[in-house]
Amino acid sequence: MRITADTDVCISAGMCALTAPQVFDQGDEDGLVRVLLPEPPEELREAAAQAVRLCPSGALGIR
Amino acid sequence: MSQTTPPDSPAFPLKRTCPFAPPPAYDRLRAEEPVSRVRLPDGGAAWLVTRYDDVRTVLSSPAFSADGTRPGFPKLIPGQAQILKRPPFIRMDPPQHSFYRRMLIQEFTLKRVKAMRPGIQAAVDRLLDDLLAQSPPADLVEAFALPVPSLVICQLLGVPYADHAFFQSRSRIAVSGSSTAEQFATALGELRAYMDGLITRKQQEPGDDLLSKLVAEQLEPAGELGREELLMMCLMLLNAGHETTANMIALGTAALLEHPDQLAALREDPELLPDAVEELLRYLSIADVVTTRIAAEDTALSGTPIRAGAGVIALLAAADWDPAVFSDPERLDLRRGNRHHVAFGYGVHQCLGQNLARLELEIAFSALFARIPTLRLAVPADELPYKHGGLLYGVHELPVTW
Repeated sequence: MRITADTDVCISAGMCALTAPQVFDQGDEDGLVRVLLPEPPEELREAAAQAVRLCPSGALGIR
Repeated sequence: MSQTTPPDSPAFPLKRTCPFAPPPAYDRLRAEEPVSRVRLPDGGAAWLVTRYDDVRTVLSSPAFSADGTRPGFPKLIPGQAQILKRPPFIRMDPPQHSFYRRMLIQEFTLKRVKAMRPGIQAAVDRLLDDLLAQSPPADLVEAFALPVPSLVICQLLGVPYADHAFFQSRSRIAVSGSSTAEQFATALGELRAYMDGLITRKQQEPGDDLLSKLVAEQLEPAGELGREELLMMCLMLLNAGHETTANMIALGTAALLEHPDQLAALREDPELLPDAVEELLRYLSIADVVTTRIAAEDTALSGTPIRAGAGVIALLAAADWDPAVFSDPERLDLRRGNRHHVAFGYGVHQCLGQNLARLELEIAFSALFARIPTLRLAVPADELPYKHGGLLYGVHELPVTW
C-alpha cells in the first residue's frame, strides 16, 4: 500500500488526521495534508484506507 | 432552461411527523423516486436528491455548481434571494471558493482546535455553574446550547461576547423560514453595520484574534480582500459558528434524554463519546437542506436526466438515513462507529469548522450529563417548539428540569 496526496486538491477538512493520526497530519501554516507514513505498516492500513475513503475532496489515493 | 414541474409536485420543505426523524416522505422518495421534483416557497422548482450516493455525487462533482449568483439557484427561505446576490464564499465554486477558504483553514486544523479544549471546557463549566445556581426549570437553549458555541466563535473571531444578544437575535432571523424578506434585509443591514464597525476597531486596535489577523493580512491595500468581502466572510463565520452547533447541542440533548438506554451506555463508557457525537450528527443531520446546488451542465442522477441550470437540493438527512449505507437508520445507536455520514456536507465545501464542532459537542454533552445526572425534559418531547421550515433544524427552546 502506498498513499498519495494531492495538496492542490486538499481542502483541510482534517478527516484524514482525525481518522488515522499516525499516518496523516495537517501543515501548521497551510492546514494541508501531510503524509507521515506513505507506506503504513500492516496495523495502520485499515485506518489509512478508511481515511482515504472519507476524504471529502478526493485529494487522497492508494496506489 | 428549467424543466417542467408537474403541478402535483410536493411542496418544499416536506413535513416531519416525528421530531427527531427526517420527513417520512424521504423514505418513499429514496425508494421510489430518488430524484424528484419539488415546488419551492418562492414559486421556483428544484430536484430533490435522497440517496446517499447521489447526494455525495451532487456535492463533489463539478457538474453541480455551488455558485449562488447563477440564475435559478434554489432559494429556500425569503432572505436567500438577497444574500445570493453577493453570496459568501460557501456559495462559490473553485477557484474562488478555494481562495477564500485557504485564508481560514489554518485556524481550524485539528491541532489548532485541540489547543482550544481548555478554553471551551472552562466556558462550559462556567455556564453549568450558573445554570445550577438557578432553581429548575430552565431553558437549556438560552442557558447553555447557544452560549457555548457563541462564546467560542466570539473568542476565535474577536467579537465581543457582550454583544451576543444583538447578533444572536439577527442571526436567528437570517436562518428562519418564517422571516419576511424585509425582516431579513433589516437584520442583515444591522449585522453589516455592526461588523463594519468592528473591522474599524480592529484596524485601530488589533487583538490576538482571527478578525484582527484578517484585517492586518488580507484586507486591501496590504491584502487582496475588499472590505465588503471581509465583512461577509466574518458574518458568515459568526453565524455558522453558533447557529449550527447550538442546534446540535440542544437537539442532541433532547434526543439523548429520549433514548435513556443510549444515554446510559454513554454514561457507563465515556470512551464512547466521539462515536456518540458522530452518531448524533448523522441521526439529526440538522443542516439537511443547506446543501443546495445548480446543475452546471446537462447530467443525470440515478438515471434521471438533469438539465444545466436546474436547481438541486442534496438532502443530508435523507442520505444519512439511507438504509443502503446505514443499517436500521431510524435507530440511534451510539456504538454504530460511523464517520461517513454527510452531516457536515461533502466535497470541497465540507464544513470548515467540523473539528471545532466535534470538540464543542464532546465537551458540552460530557459536562452536561456529568454535572446534572438527573437532567430531564420539563415538557414532553413532542411538545417542544421545533424549527420547521428554516435552513437549520433544531428547537427554539428546551425546557429542562433536574
